[in-house]
Amino acid sequence: MESVDLLYKAIYILVIFGITLLIATYSTYFERKIAAFIQDRVGPNRAGPAGLLQPLADAGKLFFKEDFIPARANKALFILGPGIAMLVATMSSAVIPYGDMLLVDGREIYLQAIEVNIGVLYIFGVVSLGVYGLMIGGWASNNKFSLLGAIRAASQNISYEIAMGLSLIAVLMMTGSLSLREIAAQQAGFNWNIWYQPLGFLIFLVCAFAETNRTPFDLPESEAELIGGYHTEYGSMKLGMYLFAEYINIFVASSVMATLYFGAYNFPFMFELEAWLVDATDSVVTANNIVTLLGVGFMFVKIFLFIFFFMWVRWTLPRFRYDQLMKLGWKILIPLAILNILLTGGGILLKDYLF
Amino acid sequence: MEPLSNRRKQVEKKDMTLAERAYLPAIAQGLGITLKHFFKKKATVQYPEQTRERSSIWRGLHVLKRDENGAERCTACGLCAVACPAEAITMTAGERKAGEEQLYREEKYAVTYEVNMLRCIFCGLCEEACPKAAIFLQDDKLAPARFERDEFIYGKDRLVEPLKTTETR
Repeated sequence: MESVDLLYKAIYILVIFGITLLIATYSTYFERKIAAFIQDRVGPNRAGPAGLLQPLADAGKLFFKEDFIPARANKALFILGPGIAMLVATMSSAVIPYGDMLLVDGREIYLQAIEVNIGVLYIFGVVSLGVYGLMIGGWASNNKFSLLGAIRAASQNISYEIAMGLSLIAVLMMTGSLSLREIAAQQAGFNWNIWYQPLGFLIFLVCAFAETNRTPFDLPESEAELIGGYHTEYGSMKLGMYLFAEYINIFVASSVMATLYFGAYNFPFMFELEAWLVDATDSVVTANNIVTLLGVGFMFVKIFLFIFFFMWVRWTLPRFRYDQLMKLGWKILIPLAILNILLTGGGILLKDYLF
Repeated sequence: MEPLSNRRKQVEKKDMTLAERAYLPAIAQGLGITLKHFFKKKATVQYPEQTRERSSIWRGLHVLKRDENGAERCTACGLCAVACPAEAITMTAGERKAGEEQLYREEKYAVTYEVNMLRCIFCGLCEEACPKAAIFLQDDKLAPARFERDEFIYGKDRLVEPLKTTETR
């Protein structure tokens, strides 16, 4: 790889990292705003215009609180827990294709940090590591309630990962590739996977809610009645890291869903638009770049819609009971996902047979 | 047994239908309700900047009026104290001395005039009882919260309308 390419990559990775953090920061603001709007309130509006500086004020408050480590806690692991949660959350956005290809000085720049042919597996692997963050945090607190909370969180995440993986297999059967760039490219135009995999998407969506510990399944936290779960003993910015990691996970889950089911950066009539732009501007490069940048815009619109949906659901639904959660995961979602695989396989065979 | 009203209803526990057991229709309905609230007009009044509009006959903090020459109208007749159902008003009367004509309108005046805002129920009966049109409840001021009980006993220093010429606030 040439040094110029490396430079582009470095810039791109920094930009994506920055955007991830920015979106996670402002998710906290929009969470509160959306909660308020749904409850007929106005929400934070004192810090800065329309309350836009509220996340900074919250972060400032967390930084200035006492950074407390319990006396009998395992100090190293206690610090490591939120670190792992944060690290894993920010790592998983590396393989997501936020856009197609830009042409700059005759160079092809793909808007994806790293292209690996096992992108889907990478995301799954990294996301499952997130459980370690919770588990270590809960265990290191040396508090039985934290430990119980951590076990609760871990068993939930592991249960729902199975259904999530099974629902994904149907997509992989259709696309025949584990590379996210390839999956995105196959959904060109309006040929999105959601039209072929509505059931799979539904299962994936439910599992994504469980994986990110969001409301119908937010038993790991349940801040009101189960004393916070695994982060009971955490305070200050360590607690902030855990909460922040959750918002990054929402962003990543939204991008994964947009990539796998909602056509990533593809939008309807993109080829017609590109052909028209080639005619209008008389330059293939400009036309390609304009369409690519529009695609990035569409990708982020899809991601924001998903993030909004996450919050909308949070302020609508009450929490599942733990036995209901487990029953839904093991007795309903996993059989449904297997059924979905069978249906997809049958559909693929039928298509081969007919055409 | 004969029903007392025709509103009696047989309660029955049915098995849930498939749609009910699948949760999803109910979830969609719930999401619709919250989305409707999302776009609703908010009832919030941004208090320090805005205040809620009061009725023009709102009965707020008392004021002891002066006449057009700036002399106090109150003659300490005590009708307001008699009318007061909460017994919040006390006063002592005094005789006007020579040279005080600019201060008090008639020969008798209130040396002290106290309203206990903790007792007052802001009914406005003092206003109705006053034959000299001296006491009114304002529509734009409230008796604010305070820390000490005795701060709620408003004397003439806080009740009498400020002179137009010396008005500083």
